[in-house]
Amino acid sequence: MVVFDKPHALLDVPLHYCPGCTHGIIHRLVAEAIDELGIEGKTIGIAPVGCSVMAYDYFACDMIEAAHGRAPAVATGVKRADPEGHIVFTYQGDGDLASIGMAETVHAAARNENITVIFINNAIYGMTGGQMAPTSLPGQVTQTSPYGRDPKLCGYPIKVCEMLSELDGPEYLERVTVNNAKNVRTAKKAIKKAFQNQIDGKGFSLIEVLSSCPTNWGMTPSAALKWIDEKMIPYYPLGVYKDRSAEKEEAK
Amino acid sequence: MAKLTFKTDNCKGCGLCVEACPKHILRLAEEKINKKGHHPAELTDEAACVGCATCALMCPDCIIKVER
Amino acid sequence: MADKVLMKGNEAIAEAAIRAGCRHYFGYPITPQTEVAAYMAKVMPKIGGTFLQAESEIAAINMVYGVASCGLRVMTSSSSPGISLKGEGLSYLAGADLPALVVNVQRGGPGLGGIQPSQSDYFQATRGGGHGDYHMIVLAPSSVQEMAELTVKGFELADKYRMTSMILADGTMGQMMEPVSLDFDVAPMPEKPWATTGTKMAREHNIINSLYLKPDELEKGNFDRYEKYKIVEENEARYDEYLTDDADIIVAAFGIAARVSRNAVNEARSLGIKAGLIRPITLWPFPKAPFMKAAETAKAMISVELSMGQMIEDVRLATECRVPVTLCNRAGGMIPSPAQVLEAIKIAANGGEN
Repeated sequence: MVVFDKPHALLDVPLHYCPGCTHGIIHRLVAEAIDELGIEGKTIGIAPVGCSVMAYDYFACDMIEAAHGRAPAVATGVKRADPEGHIVFTYQGDGDLASIGMAETVHAAARNENITVIFINNAIYGMTGGQMAPTSLPGQVTQTSPYGRDPKLCGYPIKVCEMLSELDGPEYLERVTVNNAKNVRTAKKAIKKAFQNQIDGKGFSLIEVLSSCPTNWGMTPSAALKWIDEKMIPYYPLGVYKDRSAEKEEAK
Repeated sequence: MAKLTFKTDNCKGCGLCVEACPKHILRLAEEKINKKGHHPAELTDEAACVGCATCALMCPDCIIKVER
Repeated sequence: MADKVLMKGNEAIAEAAIRAGCRHYFGYPITPQTEVAAYMAKVMPKIGGTFLQAESEIAAINMVYGVASCGLRVMTSSSSPGISLKGEGLSYLAGADLPALVVNVQRGGPGLGGIQPSQSDYFQATRGGGHGDYHMIVLAPSSVQEMAELTVKGFELADKYRMTSMILADGTMGQMMEPVSLDFDVAPMPEKPWATTGTKMAREHNIINSLYLKPDELEKGNFDRYEKYKIVEENEARYDEYLTDDADIIVAAFGIAARVSRNAVNEARSLGIKAGLIRPITLWPFPKAPFMKAAETAKAMISVELSMGQMIEDVRLATECRVPVTLCNRAGGMIPSPAQVLEAIKIAANGGEN
């Protein structure tokens, strides 16, 4: 009996990501959710600009390439084109979602746009060679913060889940990570719930996944997963930041 | 008894499965090089594998199939 | 003899800008120009300057607009898709008559395109880049030395004429490494009494603006600006000529295409074909004079471009269509080879037949 295999919604092609990059794990979790919910035929994914720009080559569902940061706006178009017939997800890095795309992100959340947003937060710009991201930590050395991120010069990181939770719009916001098996299982549940919410018409769901970038952090893949525990989780605590349906239930 | 199948040529030798395996029965084969130039992961003790699939859970490249 | 340093084109731009007195840089990572930002990130903090990675290319050009309004030398750099984002900002800079330097290290397009070199933003650059009637001074380097020299020149011209200068490089120029001499005589920055620096309660307030709701006012602004552009066209067109005096076939090319074409021209000469090269260095103002002169004696012209044919239109306009002009081109990030250009020269020399 097969206990574990590649999900159908993930195409049988090699991934271009660096060895140990958590993109691969998260792609698989998204594909597993699509498989288990039986929605591959109506799902349209929006790929970002960043390392995962080529996500359109990896998922079996229809895929659209969006301009840097504009995925939530493109997703809005796709969803409005056929609200019942299209299940749409965006898959975005920290530059895409929290830098150039910050306005699109906030407004899609505020509109409670009925879409699923998968936010890959690895505190760095991978594709372009390791520049600072809006989520880079104070003191973090990157190509554009060569002396360590100095809050006096370029401020503090943006905590997306916390920030969006202040809005009345969004349905569901959760921060997860994939740096060990237990966390991977929690992340999978969150991602599946984010899709289920869309199917149920409940509105905007965003799952922030703390991820690693071994290459640009300058570490081995295993050390990078530990760095998430030691440095990222204290700054970006895991957990559910908004669950409107659960709040409504409790209020009853 | 569990059976693991590795897509050896797609393995990038990242080592996450080796780190994750609760029984410590995975290794990167230093003496081998796959088509991509990496030391691929392999099972060191087939009998000891219980098919928990933790390795497959952590593999970013979906190269491990687990059967029980 | 000036000392030379081996530098990458992108880094030469950054270092030259600093030597020209630029102390404010705003940018965003995009291949193939990210080295400009990385260099500025390293150096600006050490010299008390500003380096800021903006949240987007749109934010960056607006940060430039802010520093420019205050009368200081300021720059941003990006590549094709990022320059498109800056379109509105470039129009605002022009409408407010602000000096600034914008660098475009072009990549294949359209859309997200590719990361290999192109020259397909020629129209965008020479026709303004954004909405409305305006121009930027567009400088096209053909070597790492020119990446540096034209950056300094860009700042000087921007300040002299109160307009934006654009360095239109292709990806090859940004990535290649050549020896550079960084010994520049930088003209002192002119006074800028129009700048918003704080009235200090000692003068009337200054306004930096491009909104003129009264159409006759807005019209006058446009006409005045074009009077200024006429002066720029009369005085600042730059170009290089190679073996054009007796040339039957004129090759027109800029940037990397000019380097390739020079080889082809030499090859053609060794085969007995009188070929010559006109290399525009300013793309706006376009150097019409050498083309007008060559049109009197040349049989044909070839525009060699890393695009689907953009500068070719300006060559035809400059020669008033007196001679046939053909296109020799590659696109998508591919670079024409000397052999390809030589083929085009041979065909042109043969009256357009193979």
